Amino acid sequence: MREKLLKLIEKNSRVDVAALAEKLGTDETTIVNEMADMEREGIICGYHTMINWDKVGGDSVTALIEVRVTPQKERGFDRLAKQIYSFPDINSVYLISGGYDFLVIMEGKTLREAAHFVNEQLAVMDGVISTATHFILKKYKDHGTIMDVGTRSERKPVSL
Amino acid sequence: MRSPLSKKITAIQPSGIRKFFDIVTEMKDAISLGVGEPDFDTPWRIRQEGIDSLEKGRTFYTSNAGLKELREEICKYLENRYDLHYDYNTETLITVGGSEAIDIAFRAMLDPGDEVIIPMPSYVSYLPCCELADGKPVVINLKNENEFKLTAGELEEAITDKTKILILPFPNNPTGAIMTREELEPIARLVIEHDLYVISDEIYSELSYKGDHVSIASFPGMKERTLVINGFSKGFAMTGWRLGYVCGPAAIIGEMFKVHQYAIMCAPTNSQYAALVGLKTCMNEVEEMREAYDERRRFLMKEFKRIGLPCFEPFGAFYVFPCIKEFGMSSEEFATELLKDQKVAVVPGTAFGDCGEGFLRISYAYSLADLKEAIGRLEVFIKKLRAGDHV
Repeated sequence: MREKLLKLIEKNSRVDVAALAEKLGTDETTIVNEMADMEREGIICGYHTMINWDKVGGDSVTALIEVRVTPQKERGFDRLAKQIYSFPDINSVYLISGGYDFLVIMEGKTLREAAHFVNEQLAVMDGVISTATHFILKKYKDHGTIMDVGTRSERKPVSL
Repeated sequence: MRSPLSKKITAIQPSGIRKFFDIVTEMKDAISLGVGEPDFDTPWRIRQEGIDSLEKGRTFYTSNAGLKELREEICKYLENRYDLHYDYNTETLITVGGSEAIDIAFRAMLDPGDEVIIPMPSYVSYLPCCELADGKPVVINLKNENEFKLTAGELEEAITDKTKILILPFPNNPTGAIMTREELEPIARLVIEHDLYVISDEIYSELSYKGDHVSIASFPGMKERTLVINGFSKGFAMTGWRLGYVCGPAAIIGEMFKVHQYAIMCAPTNSQYAALVGLKTCMNEVEEMREAYDERRRFLMKEFKRIGLPCFEPFGAFYVFPCIKEFGMSSEEFATELLKDQKVAVVPGTAFGDCGEGFLRISYAYSLADLKEAIGRLEVFIKKLRAGDHV
């Protein structure tokens, strides 16, 4: 039930409790309690909104930054990760396998601001060996959501 | 100049609600709940395979019966899903949609005067296809109080010594009715007792919301007297690909094969390759679509209850069939006025047989947002009628 509930709200966190209860064949109280439990346990970590910022206008940018680091004795990668993710503009930090160590995703108000962060804050951090920054040019699909769906349908209005 | 037309074709009636459809088509900002096809795009893997097969130059005929691999995969699917056991080689034919299968089944099975029992309301092509094949349609008017299921009593009353075929159109378009195992059992007994054949149109089988669909052909003694018609249009959202199939006794399939061979050659090659990938890789998408339909179905039932529109709870296809008799209007009047007043299009029940009078077919092959908007407008319309306002 937990897993089913999570799958449902992962797709749409605004489904109301009554609808969730109906879908899962249980009552609303159970749903409310289960969600509160999972919030306490840190399974549900937040409720966000998918926004296509391109449509809002402005110059905000998303940067994907590959970071190579030297892991530290006894603390491995965790301490460095914390130093990076504690910056408020950082969206995501992942430790990954392959050619580099951290994948850092940041939202900047402008290209200049993002570049400034990489050069002045990230690249100079103790333990950081190198960085490579990629700016996102267009988001087609994010978190399973296609950002710009054509709505034109060629379906005939009536068929038997 | 003498008439170029046959008496047979001129005697066949075109759909009586053509005028109504024309109004809908011309009205630009109408919300329509009138379609009989999925709102989902065909799953991407299937479309990709369609593209790939064209790139590979698979643009030739397949064997008349259809791709061997596809027939094999269909037989596996029918076995796993509905406990139906067919030989891909002698008992399976790939057709141009389920519609072709209906047509060629009648042509292969009927002699002039043979009677075909057609429960209505149901899909519009059984009756004319039967007449074109010189069969004599015998209509059973299904009843709202039976939730539009076929009962053994109704069937028995319709059987004569000329009866040859029973059409079983479940899950049903337009009512959404299904037939459970328990409800099919007495039907099967009568069919065997009276030595009839069944054409079971199971095109909506994937869209069953109360346990899995049950096919009458899986009952003891029924496989040898049943044609199962199914296809990819509804469950796999592939209406425009025109791909269906029919399974049944080799003796019948063999004769249907002749009609198919001479009239059609083979189903579209491109669609066959695409559908093969669909069966192999897209069953989870089929399930996701089913769940989405089910959510909408429950939403509509809840809303009808709230606004007091009587409707039995249907468990199949993507239609609900509410009753509008309290308003003292014909189905067509109601639908026309609703369209004029609130710009919501629904299909009058009479499009599917005279016994659909007093009912509307409302399709839920639409997003929840569209359904909410449409139900809001329907509620306004109904309130006006109940308040005695002239609409």
